[in-house]
Amino acid sequence: MSRISKTIAALQEQGKKALIPYIVAGDPSVPLTVSLMHALVANGADIIELGMPFSDPSSDGAVIQLGAERALRAGTTLSDVFAIVKEFREQDTLTPIVLMGYLNPIEYMGYEEFATQIEKAGVDGLLIVDLPAYECEELFAAVRPKGIDTIFLVAPTTSDARLESICSNCTGYLYYVSLKGVTGAAISDSKAIEEKIALLRHITPLPIVIGFGIKDTESALKMAAISDGVIVGSALVDRISHLAADQSYSKEALGTTVGLIGEIREAINTL
Amino acid sequence: MSELKHDSRNAQQAADQFSGPDDHGHFGRFGGIFVGETLIAAVEELDQIYTKLSKDPAFWAEFDKDLKYYVGRPSPLYFAERLTAHYGGAKILLKREDLNHTGAHKINNTIGQALLAKYMGKPRIIAETGAGQHGVASATIAARLGLECYVYMGAEDIQRQSANVYRMKLLGAHVISVESGSRTLKDAMNEALRDWATNVDNTFYIIGTAAGPHPYPKLVRDFQSVIGREAREQSLEQYGRLPDALVACVGGGSNAIGLFHPFLRDTEVAMYGVEAGGDGVETGRHAAPLSDGRPGVLHGNRTYLMSDASGQIMETHSVSAGLDYPGVGPEHSYLKDIGRVNYVAATDKEALNAFRELTRMEGIIPALESSHAVAYAGKLAATMSPDQFIIVNLSGRGDKDIHTVAEIDGIQI
Repeated sequence: MSRISKTIAALQEQGKKALIPYIVAGDPSVPLTVSLMHALVANGADIIELGMPFSDPSSDGAVIQLGAERALRAGTTLSDVFAIVKEFREQDTLTPIVLMGYLNPIEYMGYEEFATQIEKAGVDGLLIVDLPAYECEELFAAVRPKGIDTIFLVAPTTSDARLESICSNCTGYLYYVSLKGVTGAAISDSKAIEEKIALLRHITPLPIVIGFGIKDTESALKMAAISDGVIVGSALVDRISHLAADQSYSKEALGTTVGLIGEIREAINTL
Repeated sequence: MSELKHDSRNAQQAADQFSGPDDHGHFGRFGGIFVGETLIAAVEELDQIYTKLSKDPAFWAEFDKDLKYYVGRPSPLYFAERLTAHYGGAKILLKREDLNHTGAHKINNTIGQALLAKYMGKPRIIAETGAGQHGVASATIAARLGLECYVYMGAEDIQRQSANVYRMKLLGAHVISVESGSRTLKDAMNEALRDWATNVDNTFYIIGTAAGPHPYPKLVRDFQSVIGREAREQSLEQYGRLPDALVACVGGGSNAIGLFHPFLRDTEVAMYGVEAGGDGVETGRHAAPLSDGRPGVLHGNRTYLMSDASGQIMETHSVSAGLDYPGVGPEHSYLKDIGRVNYVAATDKEALNAFRELTRMEGIIPALESSHAVAYAGKLAATMSPDQFIIVNLSGRGDKDIHTVAEIDGIQI
């Protein structure tokens, strides 16, 4: 059983929902990312999604694009992303880490090298936004033998026929996209989401978490109530945008920056 | 002109190395569908509808009718006599896409895609634009069909192409300035993809070049292939044989693939795709991924790209906004790898010289994009004999570029 599956199974046993924050690796700097990750765990994060910065993140909204731009300006490369995970693992061997990003940097590094490096660093899962199920075979052939979970997005527009092929390629958890749009937009129709989740439950035993548009305790409560957990990205990256790359921050200060995660933890624990 | 044959009407032709793409949009190892999950359903729907409509003669009849009465096709194949004498060697013939309504080849594609939008019942269209030609062509067709139109354009390009921005506004389109990234064509495309993901139910995305996720590279090629079909027929009519060489500029590559594709099986016809060499390919400041890039994935397809060593897309440089793009249509990547087309580059300086030469010697002001093709054709012609001839795709006219050229000349207009 993978670290992701174990984590979610343990939460389910306790009747708890998974809380999965997303931050961009290297935003605003490599050392601050490691500190932020520990602060997230201290605030109740169960799994961390770490964005691999890309120059052209066309599935993301403005907030996450700006985060990626800050990380790239700081010189962040894939090797830095591995180094961040490795350093995090020195103090935390329990919290699963999912790398999320776009294919091109991985393509340039080479699939085998990438797979070797993420395993060595202690990565648990991979979500490539612009790699649909029918193009994934080659990359997955490289990462699967390393025990890496391969996570997929399901969108409101995903056809029933595609659901089957996505679910058969997906391990760890299924990421349900709450809305038609990009990260950071606003959720408008939670009834439709509920119906789609119910449909997905018939197709797959995978845990289903919801992301895109969860920005406060209210939206997190609503989405957590109908799923196995929630992902919080843009709202967090927006708060991180106030940090300066060249400054050092106390644990307390970083705890305040990611305080939203603590609030959401407390709220969804009432479910 | 006699009846023109569309590629899709020749679908029964035996499969060979030029019959791509496959069902998932692959040209060899290039192309494919690499977009976020939200957009997959939209590209699959488009593929299904295009596959169906492209077999329907009524669809092509409507397309041909628009090209004839609205665009003004066929565009002439013109012998540039003084230019030929100047360069020496092979005859230079210009395929006059600059004479199309709206001033460039871009309209061929927007007519086709707007017809698809109409069949799909989408009331809203979006487009990305670099030089503004595709934006103008999209705004034009939107005005004609009464569709709502949003054009994404990099803030940098809005500065460079203010006349086209105003034309789009006159036509009733909303021009949205893109401030992210390098603020040029690639960023406009990112923003258009975001809009599409958000408004996918009522919106048709008219991609302006033969790139993007499948089926765009294929359908843009099919719509632009009218250029090559006409040129082939005109060549046979006017000269009794096929040309010795074809030359076209390549940014995303829609005018080039449109000219080349109907000739791909004619092995005696040499082909040259001319990329934007900017300050020179050796300087790194250019927009020539086929000359100096490597395969990667951007904007929905696998193709040659200009990325840095860590796979981040690089900022490109070209005097012509329409060629200022770090990728290229996937079919060009394939044609490069199999060696069917030669990809070369012309620098800003060479293009500007050709711009002036064509203007002064033939009374034709070419787009700076097309000037790259003219520049290379001049060099090529000089190496060939006077009984040979070259067809150059004069993909657009240069009215939009006079401010850029004046500025380079230090003149205020």
